[in-house]
Amino acid sequence: MPESTFLDSTELVLNMGPQHPSTHGVLRVILKLDGEKVLGTDCVIGYLHRGVEKIAENRTWAQFNPYTDRMDYVAAISNGLGYCLAVEKLLNVEIPARAQAVRVVLTELNRLASHLLWLGTHALDIGAITPVFYCLREREEALKIFENYCGARLTTHAFRIGGLQYETYDGFEREVRAFCKMFLPKLDEYEDLLTNNRIWIGRLQNVGVLSADECKEYGVTGPMLRAAGVKWDLRKAQPYSGYEKYDFEIPTRQNGDTYDRYIVRMQEMRQATRIIEQAVESLPEGPIIRGIGLLRGERRRPAALPGPGAPALFRELAGIGPHGERRADSGRGGGDRNTGYCARRG
Amino acid sequence: MTGERLEEIHLFGKSVTMGKLLRKIFLVDLFTGLKVTFRSQNPKYIYTEQYPAERPKVGERYRGAPRLNINPDNGETLCIACNLCALACPESLIVVGSERNEQTKRKELTTFTYDTSRCMFCGLCEDACPVDALELTQDFELATYTREGQIWDRQTLEEGPKPTPYKC
Ligand code: SF4
Ligand code: SF4
Repeated sequence: MPESTFLDSTELVLNMGPQHPSTHGVLRVILKLDGEKVLGTDCVIGYLHRGVEKIAENRTWAQFNPYTDRMDYVAAISNGLGYCLAVEKLLNVEIPARAQAVRVVLTELNRLASHLLWLGTHALDIGAITPVFYCLREREEALKIFENYCGARLTTHAFRIGGLQYETYDGFEREVRAFCKMFLPKLDEYEDLLTNNRIWIGRLQNVGVLSADECKEYGVTGPMLRAAGVKWDLRKAQPYSGYEKYDFEIPTRQNGDTYDRYIVRMQEMRQATRIIEQAVESLPEGPIIRGIGLLRGERRRPAALPGPGAPALFRELAGIGPHGERRADSGRGGGDRNTGYCARRG
Repeated sequence: MTGERLEEIHLFGKSVTMGKLLRKIFLVDLFTGLKVTFRSQNPKYIYTEQYPAERPKVGERYRGAPRLNINPDNGETLCIACNLCALACPESLIVVGSERNEQTKRKELTTFTYDTSRCMFCGLCEDACPVDALELTQDFELATYTREGQIWDRQTLEEGPKPTPYKC
């Protein structure tokens, strides 16, 4: 008889992910199952390593800015703000008041857009399919504002070091105000659907409890920490970008379970709407960017021509040799100009 | 307290109150949810875009397909071959070829290669251009059948892509 394994005969160990549709490719969970019952889990993280630090080493400060959008692509504007603030702090520069206010409006709008995607997909994963349609409908309105403002919806690259590249467009204030007015009743609608829903409560309450002490131990911040009862918000604790001027509250809850995190995030959306309304009411006039010039210690890259790192096909078509030298037959471009493009209606 | 007990009945071995049972039988929770759903059922609120039959109107500042502008008066390129866009680009995907014109002693543009497959449409090249020659346009349909088709030369950049039309 073979030696018995550590499993009982009915138990099964199953790998969920990293390539699993519901883990979005970033997490592997080793599950110990007995039928449908999960007896234990082990999480393996680290699948989202994309080497941005290494990319950053080979870029100038301004050039690296668009890459930060891609770190968390549903909160591109917030990432950009973090990066710009960090560089501005290093340079010890204060950016113009108008730029600060516009940054706050856009960042809070991005918070709403990001929370909406969370809410929709969260409900979808729990089994409620309707909220995702509503959430994406409202998210679309926010993305339209981003598109009109800076020309991109997802990876926006909205801010530059020292302020903003783009002045607000005609009707920016009106559209943002209309969005806030439209959004608050919609938020009530989501709460109608979810907050007191029996299934929702049953599946969220006492699930994934993370106490305040555990949060501090792991360095967990944001809504997770606030749901555990700690009133900590960087926007209040260490105000940046003029957040000290706006009147808003920090929503907290006590239990630290998924349901409380849901409530905190819903409250946060209301607070974000309040901040946007205040900020857009008092957009100061003035310049939007402070010129900084070429940063000290920053070198232009020695060769403007793409070196060995560039794809071979591009080097061939652009007429660049393996070490970045220019060949005689340069600049040929793509071959199938007239047949290459698809998906266009005649 | 006693009133509640009186109402209590036994169902499949579990005791439930009458009110809860009635809520379950008449699916009250379901209809509360459906009320919200039905509010959005009006065809007036249909939000889906019927792409490609119906095209979205993208923003005026949309950063899409690149274009190398030409002067409408004399048909010459606006580009002064200063190479700033190539220097600004984080991905080094622009290659500007130029030649010195001996008569005017100016640099003139010969070739221009732009790899749209690696471009992240960040707009830094557009911002860097001192004469607004390079511009990201509202054209967003950039799919091709081959990799070569993604690498645009000067002609494609000036004339715009020539897609294969199809009927649907
Ligand atoms: S849009 Fe950005 S990535 Fe694309 S060519 Fe211009 S600078 Fe480079
Ligand atoms: S920055 Fe403008 S003018 Fe200079 S090379 Fe590029 S496209 Fe031409």
